[in-house]
Amino acid sequence: MQNSRKIVMNHGAGGRQMQDLIQKIIVKRLNNHLVSRMDDATILTPPTEKRLAMTTDSFVVSPLFFSGGDIGRLAVAGTVNDLLTCGARPQALSLALILEEGFALSDLERIIDSIAIACNEANVSVVTGDTKVVEKGKGDQLYINTCGIGYLDTDTDISSYNAKVGDKVYITGAIGVHEVALMKARNLLPFEVDIESDVAPLVRPMMPLLDEKVEIHVVKDPTRGGVAQALYEITSHSQCTIKLFESMLPITKSVRGVCELAGFDPLYLSNEGKFVIIAPEKSFLPISHSFPDAKLIGEVIHQNSPELLLETLSGGVRRVGQLETMQLPRIC
Amino acid sequence: METTKINEKARIEQLSEEIKREMTRPVAVMEVCGSHTMAMAKHAIKSFLPPELKVISGPGCPVCVTSSSDIQLAIELARKEKFIIATFGDMLKVPVEGDSLQNYSNVKIIYSPLESISLAKQYPDHQIVLIGIGFETTAPLIATTIFKAYEEKLDNFSVIPMHKLVPPALDAIFEDGSVKIDALLLPGHVSVITGWKYFEFIKKYPMAGVISGFDAIDLMESLLILVKMVQKGESGVVNHYERLVSAHGNLKAKEMIEEVYEFDTTSWREIGDIPDSGFKLRAKYRHLDARVRFKLAPHKIPSPPGCLCGSILMGKASPTDCKLFAKACTPANPIGPCMVSSEGTCAAYFKYQLPRN
Repeated sequence: MQNSRKIVMNHGAGGRQMQDLIQKIIVKRLNNHLVSRMDDATILTPPTEKRLAMTTDSFVVSPLFFSGGDIGRLAVAGTVNDLLTCGARPQALSLALILEEGFALSDLERIIDSIAIACNEANVSVVTGDTKVVEKGKGDQLYINTCGIGYLDTDTDISSYNAKVGDKVYITGAIGVHEVALMKARNLLPFEVDIESDVAPLVRPMMPLLDEKVEIHVVKDPTRGGVAQALYEITSHSQCTIKLFESMLPITKSVRGVCELAGFDPLYLSNEGKFVIIAPEKSFLPISHSFPDAKLIGEVIHQNSPELLLETLSGGVRRVGQLETMQLPRIC
Repeated sequence: METTKINEKARIEQLSEEIKREMTRPVAVMEVCGSHTMAMAKHAIKSFLPPELKVISGPGCPVCVTSSSDIQLAIELARKEKFIIATFGDMLKVPVEGDSLQNYSNVKIIYSPLESISLAKQYPDHQIVLIGIGFETTAPLIATTIFKAYEEKLDNFSVIPMHKLVPPALDAIFEDGSVKIDALLLPGHVSVITGWKYFEFIKKYPMAGVISGFDAIDLMESLLILVKMVQKGESGVVNHYERLVSAHGNLKAKEMIEEVYEFDTTSWREIGDIPDSGFKLRAKYRHLDARVRFKLAPHKIPSPPGCLCGSILMGKASPTDCKLFAKACTPANPIGPCMVSSEGTCAAYFKYQLPRN
């Protein structure tokens, strides 16, 4: 018993062994009064005169641990960042775990610790959860599902349907970093590259922008499919034409090198700690205070005509399409 | 860094103006090399050219010109126990009668043909079969791999030779005559191996040809030279990739090809059999030919209905002429090889489309 610190089927049976697992490994680390009650449902009191935002996410990233983060950090960051895209302040998360028989308890501990740290960074709490176990071979170590709840003021209107002609398109930092970090974690790179995933909850930098009601029209997190897919969806929802400037895209040397060698297009690589923000130019100053690495990468040039364009380094203009084929599987 | 970018933009605009000034009549240029197709699309070169300068894609994509019946041979071997098929990644998704190499777990993607020798040593109880695909660019390295296997007396390595040569493809296009071409943008990488004199035969058509590099400026400068040659009625080859291409090319590479290979009739997608358009292994090395070792017999496979790859390779049609393009046939769901390959015309058009207006 003391040597095999691994998940067994009994951990999912609902009985004492499961209660012990939840209490000692999960709840203890999450350390908040709501989840400590171990109720089947948690009661929250919504603030008055606020609207409710809700999101859900599942995480199947492989490997579970990679340089810069792990599935736990990804789960928190991915969920709260989704809430932020509509201007909601994240309040509470649910955490559902699907564990494979044989999964090391020490790995689970590391991941829950990581979730606790990320929750702290994001000023959120995991308030409820669920634990299931599947037989060996029926799951890949650990899958996580979350639901996130946040609150927003009645006059907050940030959405992918709001881009307007004249708006500028900003990215809060260098692109493609997360996906390249995963390539490294999967030993797909035939050379050494110094890179860490950018996975991060963006609650703290966004708060001043929400508090001060800075005029922002769109916030989107460019995850699967990268900046290209995120902007493509915005052009479709807002029915507008966006033009990007290849010379302005912030791409680090490592990412550029990997892309050139492996034939990837950085515009389609996923990011887990970046936002695309579309706003009038006057909003750039407060945006850059929150996100010091924010860069202008494009502008909204037409209404009523959905298209995503790129002005290449040589000055030619071509279309940027949706992601058609996967560049790397299970990146989030 | 910023100054270089500004200079590039200014230079491209300047070249664009010069091309427009030189054009006194419509000119049709065929770009022969798949990497040029991709580079032109990626840099949106067409947005700098006057509409009277037509750029037509040619047969420059090795995966695209490989016949379905040849790919089927590889699939047959992939179905066998204790076989490992070593191939460049592009081949995986090419559909052949509803099947493709990606459906088989014993297919390994390699970045260099020499990796297949390592595989043969790593798996001594498996037969490693290398797909010998490509134009003149890859032939020397595959020949070197065959030579190495011969010297090391490996008995579990073989190659399916599927090489193609550029000049016979150009001959086939000119003989067909249905596409009006005034000039050729000649392949950069092939010329590095063969030397620019390899293409002097185009004088017989007569035709002007420029060997170009792959940057936006390289391509624009080469197109300007071509336009000027056409206006003056000049024919022959101009080497505009001097930094890498010499008159006679890489002699060591050519020696290796000569050592291992002899000319052979090969089957091209849609065009059919062309004599002396590819290679077979010389008698000394023939035991390393997978078709001989495993008694493989290709059988004719018809093109998928509606697929225009064959015509597109000959320059007779453009991807937008194909009813399947971007509808039933997309990179995620390709019907023909032109949409699959990283050098495929349809893949280039799909990925790097010009703005609607």
